[in-house]
Amino acid sequence: MTQWAIHSAWLIPALPAAAAVIGLLLWRLIPGGPAVPAIAGSAASLVMAVLVLAEVERSPGQVHQSSVFWTPTGGIPLAIGTRIDGLAAVIAVMVGVVALLVQIYSTAYMAGDRRYSVYAAEVSLFTAAMLLVVVASDLFELLIGWEVMGLCSYLLIGHYWQSEGARAAAVKAFITTRIGDTGFLFGIFVLGVGTHSFEIGRVVADPAALGHSTITAGALLLLAGVVGKSAQFPLHVWLPDAMAGPTPISALIHAATMVAAGIYAVARVYPVFLAAPVALTVLGIVACITMLGAALAALADDDLKRVLAWSTVSQLAYMAGGLAVGGWTAGIYHLLTHAAFKALLFLAAGSVLRSVGTNLMSEMGGLRTRLPVTFVTALVGAAALAGLPPFAGAFSKDGILAAAHARGGALGNAVYVVGLVTVFVTAAYVTRLVARTFFGSYRGALPHVHESPLVMTVPLVVLAFFAIALGLPLLAHSYGISRWLDAPAGSRPLEVSVGSVLLTGAIALCGVAGVALLHRRRPAEDPVLVLGRYARPLAKAFWVDEFYDRTLVRPTRALARSVLNIDRRGVDATVVGTGTATTLLGSALRRAQNGNVQAYASGLVVGVLAIVVAVSLAVAR
Amino acid sequence: MHLSLALAVSALLFGIGVYGLLARRNAIAVLMAVELMLNAANLDLVAFDAWWRDQLHAGQSFALFVVVIAAAEVGVGLAIVLAVFRLRETVAVDSLTELADRDPVRAGGDVDAADEVAVGQ
Amino acid sequence: MPPAPRTTGNPHDGTPRNPARCPPPATRARFRGGPEVTLADAVFGLLGVVCLGSAVLVVTTRNVIHAALWLVVCFGALAGCYLVLTAEFVAWVQVLIYIGAIVVLMLFGAMLTRAPIGRAQELDSHNRPVAALAGLATGGVLLVLVVAAFKGAYVDVHHTAVGDGKVIGTSLFRFFVLPFELASVLLLAALVGAVVLTRRDGGR
Repeated sequence: MTQWAIHSAWLIPALPAAAAVIGLLLWRLIPGGPAVPAIAGSAASLVMAVLVLAEVERSPGQVHQSSVFWTPTGGIPLAIGTRIDGLAAVIAVMVGVVALLVQIYSTAYMAGDRRYSVYAAEVSLFTAAMLLVVVASDLFELLIGWEVMGLCSYLLIGHYWQSEGARAAAVKAFITTRIGDTGFLFGIFVLGVGTHSFEIGRVVADPAALGHSTITAGALLLLAGVVGKSAQFPLHVWLPDAMAGPTPISALIHAATMVAAGIYAVARVYPVFLAAPVALTVLGIVACITMLGAALAALADDDLKRVLAWSTVSQLAYMAGGLAVGGWTAGIYHLLTHAAFKALLFLAAGSVLRSVGTNLMSEMGGLRTRLPVTFVTALVGAAALAGLPPFAGAFSKDGILAAAHARGGALGNAVYVVGLVTVFVTAAYVTRLVARTFFGSYRGALPHVHESPLVMTVPLVVLAFFAIALGLPLLAHSYGISRWLDAPAGSRPLEVSVGSVLLTGAIALCGVAGVALLHRRRPAEDPVLVLGRYARPLAKAFWVDEFYDRTLVRPTRALARSVLNIDRRGVDATVVGTGTATTLLGSALRRAQNGNVQAYASGLVVGVLAIVVAVSLAVAR
Repeated sequence: MHLSLALAVSALLFGIGVYGLLARRNAIAVLMAVELMLNAANLDLVAFDAWWRDQLHAGQSFALFVVVIAAAEVGVGLAIVLAVFRLRETVAVDSLTELADRDPVRAGGDVDAADEVAVGQ
Repeated sequence: MPPAPRTTGNPHDGTPRNPARCPPPATRARFRGGPEVTLADAVFGLLGVVCLGSAVLVVTTRNVIHAALWLVVCFGALAGCYLVLTAEFVAWVQVLIYIGAIVVLMLFGAMLTRAPIGRAQELDSHNRPVAALAGLATGGVLLVLVVAAFKGAYVDVHHTAVGDGKVIGTSLFRFFVLPFELASVLLLAALVGAVVLTRRDGGR
């Protein structure tokens, strides 16, 4: 059975794609509406992924690769197929679980939306694209999935296209990731041309043979795409604004899957990065900046979803930092736990939003009694995010910090120190979020606030279970996660010591306690205001958006306007001007036709005379 | 006698006729100027006939034909002038300007269909 | 009688002149060393001046009726010119048809179109300067051309075949009978056309 599953691994992305097409075109014929193909597609894909994982578990360390057909290009051929190793199998299961839960959750969240069929089809298509990235055996195949994900992200962020904010956010997300994707494409070119093959297996087989400069260039270019897709500095600006889309989308795309695709890509071709230490250093520096900056920005935002978005950026930086210092397994482990607790937090936020009708935390408060299930599950997620043991987030975060500490050197120590500080800030903003939303007294205007329906709360519970359970394989099966993920040679194994866990837990507790005390002293006030005027740069996210607007957006718009003006006043005016000039010339010539016969006769006589004189002179010569 | 004398008279008479054709406003006056031009041509024909000592007298015969045609032309011309006078109450040639090409934009209501079709706007 | 062969036309081509028909030398005047100024020249010159003068008056007078009358004078002078050139029949036809019919027709037309008797509105159009220029230029160019071409040409008025009725009649009905018939058809057409043009609407 599982043998068959491995050989039919192409079904994993194919099933949701088929569900998308069927759901989009034929949903009227299906009893039950568009939800049926969407959920069925995700469920079937999840089943396939689980079967594949079981087969991988049976024979760990083995890579199963199959290519379906070759596309002759005249140069380097392109293949389409699947490459299943431990990493791919585990991530595929993760994606399947989150996608299925989001689809189920959406049936209630998006109930009443007229365009739910389109939404469900787009989510299915997105799932298919992400799974394609996961199982791809060829770099171009990965790129196809990468780009389709970008497209679906644009479509889904702009789902509420009636609102200008949503439209602008969708365009911003697409363009910002596109900038990164250009580098990604060229990175693929460099690696593929250097290796004379685009197959991932061949590219990672012997990266050192490509030559130092080639491999470094390729790795750095790939990093551009990673920075864009995973919302790291300086291309992080799109993720907070992408919260204009529906909340289940934020959970699926902008927490668990698409933004993790960048990290996944680095992990997939990790030997390339190991052979290019410069790229890893750059990744590490970017991770440090992003980690702390995003956490500080999350501290000051009033919008519940934006806080979670900044949090995602910060946690992705953790994963990037982990990969940068060689902690491959730790980074992937954090990716998995983050998927669980961040998706949980987003779905809980969606539940809150749907009940109180506003995104702003200043209009919430005291919801723990009115939304009990949401409160408990959100609390689990928050604890995991803050890094409190025994929730899963603690061990994965600590694994990264341990790897950084073990690496030493400038990069390792930087990641370690910044990571520790960020633990404190993370705990602070998480506590602020929980306190402002669920504790205190209700500051909003709605008379009744109800708990969400079962269809929404059950996925919350499932994800809460994962947020706790993912900590267990670490404890129970002695680094069980390492067994499933076959780490590439040269990376550091996952080591978690009790001491380091206690250290990070203590720092996290300090953050929690600090903010909790501030909140207890003044329940109605935003705890961040204690920072006084330093809260403003945090609230403005260090004015990065404004900087981009000044230096990039406005000059481009001015250039576009001037080109338009040149077109209108120069080119168009010339074209129209020829018409006007001809008309004017015609008007001028028209005066010769004044209807007066004697005028005509005068012209005739003068003309004939002129001819006669000319001829006579010529003849006389 | 000198031939050039007759030719000179004829040339000057023709020039005077051209002036009258182009300068006079009354249609009858214009017809008179045309008659002057025709007579100038006649004088030329007769003079050359005398100089050639033409046995066929082609020049004088042609002069007679010119007289005939001039008569016919005056008859028809005056008929036209009378018809125009009946319609317009005037015989000033510079008031008969229907065939003018008018600017369809600025001429207001004075444009007929042919003008508009020709301009095409 | 078969037609006599045409002469070459150049009086100076060497055919002998009849000395008996040359006028006595006493009446000849010298003119620039060329052939002499004869009586014919003088008479023709006088008549030409009258003709041109009255023509100028035709085109410049403000009164249409006066213009018609000056036209009579002009045509009369021209008839005289034809007589000097020994074209008798044409001269009389000029008087009869031009003065007797055409000018009368013009007078009728002027009256029927209520031409103002006496001085009235401006009879000249605003085209006058251009017209003057064109007229002067035309006259000048033609004058220069013909005088340059025919400077020494000489019409021997004593030796031309006089264009009397018999001669012209013979010429017309022998050599130009077809144009003659066509001219009569033309006259008929003009007559019919003039009648049609001046009919009032409503009748057939």
